[in-house]
Amino acid sequence: MATATKPVSQARTSRTVTVQVRVKRFQPDSGKGAYWQEFTVEADPLDRFVDVLNRIKWTQDGTLTYRRSCLHGVCGSDAMRLNGRNRLACKQLVADLGTKITAEPMLGFPVVRDLVVDMDPFFSKYEKIKPFLINDEPVPSSERLQSPEQHARFEEGTKCILCGCCTGSCPSVWANREWVGPASIVNAHRFIFDSRDRAAQDRLQILSDRTGVWRCRTIFNCSEVCPRGIPVTQLIEEVKRALVQDGPDVG
Amino acid sequence: MYRGQSGMWSWLLHRVTGVAILLFLLVHIVDITILGFGPTVYNNALQVFATPFVRLVSLALIASVLYHSFNGVRIMLIDFWPQGVKYQGALWVGVLALTLIGFVAMGYFVMLPVFQGCPPHQCGN
Repeated sequence: MATATKPVSQARTSRTVTVQVRVKRFQPDSGKGAYWQEFTVEADPLDRFVDVLNRIKWTQDGTLTYRRSCLHGVCGSDAMRLNGRNRLACKQLVADLGTKITAEPMLGFPVVRDLVVDMDPFFSKYEKIKPFLINDEPVPSSERLQSPEQHARFEEGTKCILCGCCTGSCPSVWANREWVGPASIVNAHRFIFDSRDRAAQDRLQILSDRTGVWRCRTIFNCSEVCPRGIPVTQLIEEVKRALVQDGPDVG
Repeated sequence: MYRGQSGMWSWLLHRVTGVAILLFLLVHIVDITILGFGPTVYNNALQVFATPFVRLVSLALIASVLYHSFNGVRIMLIDFWPQGVKYQGALWVGVLALTLIGFVAMGYFVMLPVFQGCPPHQCGN
């Protein structure tokens, strides 16, 4: 006996909600400056916000501009401020945002167009902390082995996808664009606490100057927004303590 | 405006109370300077602290100093105690509770003469 199962498309339709999306727009060639525009879209509560943006772009206004790439929370392209908080548009469901959604570009970055921000300053700060393994010792015949405990010491930092959510949520970054920012410190932590790395002191030196780690005021916005669940403030505090103790406590 | 959570509000309040304490310090420098004009001038000038309005301003000073001190301890715990980050939210609730308790206790004595209805010049400090 066949049970009455709704086709997937019908099940989606029965749940559809009307969503009002306010987008903070900026079209540099229009000469208008930033302005708000409201769109009304039909959406399934289980749609991601990037699906809503796609629907607007494909059916209502092709000029709406935003970055997206993998759409699965891995590439970190579509970080933006949704209902006042930095989120990845591809991880945030309509059900979690409600039927009135505000979308703005992240704070602390120059806005290029609509929801697209200039990530160049962000990446140049990231490069400043030398985000690569440095070890001049003779290359071993096999891998550079590490115990699970040694790996666990820096594992959190390896989860970073460089989306910029943490950096864009940090009042210290808003106040001083020269500051290295939380994402760079997380990535410095990833190598400072790696038992295979030999340049911890170099990185600590870079992070000890006026634009370094001490500008973190333990505000915790970064830890709250990280889409990968990295305890950002915890890692920053560990780098601060490594500086005070003249080096990381790597086993 | 960014929608931060308790960590952001704790930081913002720390900044605001820090600036407020600095302003109160300037007032304090002024009132101590008046001491140079002799005891009579000084005593007369200090009567202003007994007026109901300035007593209310003193309440703001008490709240600022209490919050700023307790939250300063919280920040030090976050910096030096490895578990501090984990418990920062609970620590902030503790800071607010201690501030409130201290504020009510000290505020009671500051405002008592006003509630008793004594004229400012006889309230004493």
